[in-house]
Amino acid sequence: MIRSELIQKVADENPHLYQRDVERIVNTIFEEIIEAMARGERVELRGFGAFSVKKREARVGRNPRTGESVSVEEKHVPFFKTGKLLRDRLNGD
Amino acid sequence: MTNKTLTRMDLSEAVFREVGLSRNESAELVESVLLHVSDALVSGESVKISSFGTFSVRDKAARVGRNPKTGEEVPITPRRVMTFRPSHLMKDRVADGNKG
Repeated sequence: MIRSELIQKVADENPHLYQRDVERIVNTIFEEIIEAMARGERVELRGFGAFSVKKREARVGRNPRTGESVSVEEKHVPFFKTGKLLRDRLNGD
Repeated sequence: MTNKTLTRMDLSEAVFREVGLSRNESAELVESVLLHVSDALVSGESVKISSFGTFSVRDKAARVGRNPKTGEEVPITPRRVMTFRPSHLMKDRVADGNKG
């Protein structure tokens, strides 16, 4: 399923809404999640899962082609942990 | 890094501000979006949201695990797990936003 199909499903269920409003709703949800993580915040959606930011320490990496050492700066990466309810549903419980 | 946590309430509030719907209906729509994503995954489908990321399901084979406390071997049944792969855009925005 891709974004436009998700929008279509929600639109089909809500015939009283304009398609473009459904689009804005779906886009707002995903945009809010990214913005929160960009501020270093967590987004916890009980039953579905939680988005958080993990810190990767600076390290000395290596250019795999030349074998040369390069310093890799500390960085922050997005992380998602599946919620219990969804995990159980995936396994037919 | 702040310790603030957003919940469904914050997402519905954002929808409420963005589109002129009632708070109640905004909350229902947030729930409906999460449910459609979950349903697709439960049916084995991947969900690919451009510029956000991809949720996919993977089958894991049975294996023998070990109780770390007792050292006892325990069978782990085959199961389906979900993984999320963030888009490059999300990775860049999260990395940039949290730069020291």
